[in-house]
Amino acid sequence: MPTLTINGRSLSVDAANDTPLLWAIREQLQMTGTKFGCGAGLCGACTVHVNGEAVRSCQTMVGDVAGKKITTIEGLSAKGDHPLQKAWIAEQVPQCGYCQSGQIMQAASLLAKNPNPTKEEVVAHMDGNLCRCMTYSRIQKAIMRAASEMRTASATSSERRPT
Amino acid sequence: MNSHVKNLTPETTDLSRRSFLVGTAATGLVLGYAGVPGIESAAAAAPANFEPSVWYAISPDGLVTVTCGKADMGQHIASTMAQIVCEELGAKWSDMRVQLASNDPKFNDPVLGAQITGGSWSTMMNFEAMSRAGAAGRIALTEAAAAAMGLPPYFKDQLVVRDSVILHPKSKKQMTFAEIVKSGKATKAFTPDELKAIKLKTPDQYTMVGVSVPQLDIPSKTNGTAKYGIDVMLPGMVYGKVVTPPVRFGATVKSVDDSEAKKVPGFIKAVILDDKTGTTSGWVVAVANTYANARRAADALKIAYDGGPNAKLSSQSLLDEAKRLQKLEDSGQFFVKDGDPVAAFGSAAKVVEAEYTTSINIHAPLEPMNATAEFKGDILHIYSGNQFATRSGAIAAGAAGIDPKFVVMHQHWLGGGFGRRLDADMMIPAVQAAKAVGKPVKVIYSRENDMTMDFSRPLTYQKVKAGVDGDGKLIAISHDVVSAWPTARWGIPDFLTPSVDKKGPLDSFTVNGADFFYTVPNHYVRAIKNELAHNATPSGQLRSVAPGWTFWAVESMIDEIAAATGKDPAQFRISLLDGAGKNDGGAQRLRNTLLAAMGLSGYGTKQLPKGEGMGVACVSSQERASASWTACVAHVAVAPSGAVTVKKLTVATDVGTQVHPDNIRAQVEGAALWGLSLAMYEKATLKDGGIEQTNFDSYTPLRMSQTPEVAVAVIANGEKATGVGEPAVTVVAPAIGNAIFNASGARVRALPITAEAVKASMKA
Repeated sequence: MPTLTINGRSLSVDAANDTPLLWAIREQLQMTGTKFGCGAGLCGACTVHVNGEAVRSCQTMVGDVAGKKITTIEGLSAKGDHPLQKAWIAEQVPQCGYCQSGQIMQAASLLAKNPNPTKEEVVAHMDGNLCRCMTYSRIQKAIMRAASEMRTASATSSERRPT
Repeated sequence: MNSHVKNLTPETTDLSRRSFLVGTAATGLVLGYAGVPGIESAAAAAPANFEPSVWYAISPDGLVTVTCGKADMGQHIASTMAQIVCEELGAKWSDMRVQLASNDPKFNDPVLGAQITGGSWSTMMNFEAMSRAGAAGRIALTEAAAAAMGLPPYFKDQLVVRDSVILHPKSKKQMTFAEIVKSGKATKAFTPDELKAIKLKTPDQYTMVGVSVPQLDIPSKTNGTAKYGIDVMLPGMVYGKVVTPPVRFGATVKSVDDSEAKKVPGFIKAVILDDKTGTTSGWVVAVANTYANARRAADALKIAYDGGPNAKLSSQSLLDEAKRLQKLEDSGQFFVKDGDPVAAFGSAAKVVEAEYTTSINIHAPLEPMNATAEFKGDILHIYSGNQFATRSGAIAAGAAGIDPKFVVMHQHWLGGGFGRRLDADMMIPAVQAAKAVGKPVKVIYSRENDMTMDFSRPLTYQKVKAGVDGDGKLIAISHDVVSAWPTARWGIPDFLTPSVDKKGPLDSFTVNGADFFYTVPNHYVRAIKNELAHNATPSGQLRSVAPGWTFWAVESMIDEIAAATGKDPAQFRISLLDGAGKNDGGAQRLRNTLLAAMGLSGYGTKQLPKGEGMGVACVSSQERASASWTACVAHVAVAPSGAVTVKKLTVATDVGTQVHPDNIRAQVEGAALWGLSLAMYEKATLKDGGIEQTNFDSYTPLRMSQTPEVAVAVIANGEKATGVGEPAVTVVAPAIGNAIFNASGARVRALPITAEAVKASMKA
């Protein structure tokens, strides 16, 4: 039985190595925040992080991620209060909400690397994530809001640090 | 099909039993399936709760839980219902909660008498009922508080209700809702007449309606906790993956060879559907212990099909048939028959004729179709997100071979609906697989199943002919609309409309919008059913339904007439919106909305660069009786190659009363972008009887990089609240088409618009 390191816990899953990670997460671990949308890496609804990189869990096999650090929407923050999650609420982004776990995970991988993205960088990074309700403009606004908040927070915390 | 639907309705329209009783006795009012022993009603609350109406309960901790009978597919209708209740109840917004109703008929729409969500109807049709329910609760709580405070009942008018607190300003006595509910003293019952007699707030007294409160469902949609149908987990549950035939409809299974599937670990059974509801044809479901294994097993099945009568059909053959039908004099039925266009054409100084088409379009909500079925004793439990519980429960019952009263539907958040989840096809494989394997079964469509088996927006063909007199006045329009009839498929007579020429009922959900608010003395609209398309591509209601194609034709033609007579297209529309006769009121609202969009976009105020243009359109979607007056100015750039860039969409909409301004903007923007997506990016085609597009690589809704700026102006003038989920879809395509004409001289008449079509028309 493969063991997955997911959201900081080690969990064994009863799934063959060639099982898409998506289904192991959803069915075996019953973490249903990660969504099935297309099964072909075309919509981004199933986006999770593997070693900090956003990947499509429908295209990632269980056997390929054993021992790697997997993060799902449930593990992005302790209390659903990642700056992106807060920004998503502040901008009232979700409509049906089905794609939004994937959108948030995709955005989180951008901000982790690029704390000050331009609009063009946001669009390029997010373009693989479909939103059928077409909340795109609010997604952009929320990413910019979260980026700004994260920059402010890190500036504040580094100011506090004695040099 | 669907003759069994009738079983559901009789008791549901009995107003006296419809739950507007106050007090815990409400739990005794449960109808339908809940009368079956052992079934708990979704609304059966703990006795200590105060249930002023079927629509909500207040618990002893003061939380107000509103039960939403509407499907919430992202329009935040549950939160909106809570907001309307909250306004009259006087609760604090942070005390409000929502839950989704079961299919118990007591949760039927108070106007429609069924559980159906669509038509941008919900706010309009539930505003009064939710307001009265909220007010009834406030009155009951106030009377109980007056008694508890030792005030005579007639003092109750001196009490102030705000933020879940009832205050007697004179004595400074106060009680919270929680304290009153805990006391158990709130027991007043309201008869329907008493409810009707309640004096509701006037708009100037509103403190909640018109405020953009935080939507109650949003936090759960940012942390993965919102539960959609696909997220249901039941003990002992197994999984089903459907195998759908290469033909959209009409195929049958000749044989199934499961010898390879048997080698897949966890494989349980392949079930050939026996669908007497007529919803599916030629489907098999592979059942296994996990979805991954069900997929593997499904892929391993060898199935031989008889392709059936539609196996040779293509989009072209459906279009050819539509053109043939339109040419026949006795085709179809009249939806509008004013004056005599034929005679008027004879005397017209100029006649303009054009054909407009739209392609097959697929809903493709991001949550693929799914349903979970579980038999428990005599009861069939269905877990899904669905827009039409009343009919879907009956379809599920039909698939199970049981009476609909034994079906309990457990509603979930919908991962997109857009009309797709009005249908119940996904329940049939779940039900029959659960029956066959004796376990709860969750069926999940692959995206490929979802796309190829969509109840799509039908391919449409429209012929419009207009006559102008010597003064350039529009005197006649004849408009033929040929399509599959999505609503006729339901088999529910109440949803069809009598034709004006008394040739039997027609599907007004194919022609709505063609009965526009322009003054045209001679006006025919003919609804023609394309039987071939109806059978080969069973169609559904796709966000905005008929106005999505009728206004494509009408609003393009109005521009074509303006061009033919040398008039500014916006000013021409304004002259036609004179409010004469039956158009009084609506026409003026639409004119004002058009002016608002023109003002916001700067229409006509500046010279645009070469190759750019603005186009206007204005619509009365969805229906004449429930219109949200909507106008759009599209600003486009057209390259010499014919490639079109939409630079900006400006949308103005008159919604009467705004319950939640921010949500209206979100819905209007989403709807406008749907309109853009349908106008430019989404096209499905039929070949050899099957839909050719199978995933988001070939069926390509709008992505972020294709999203232009959308400016929205909302007009709230105090009229009745109207819907906002759909109307803006319908105004965008013609505005873009008209902008392309103004930018390049190219007139496009087919959706989606392609660079090739634009270029070809530029040359012509």
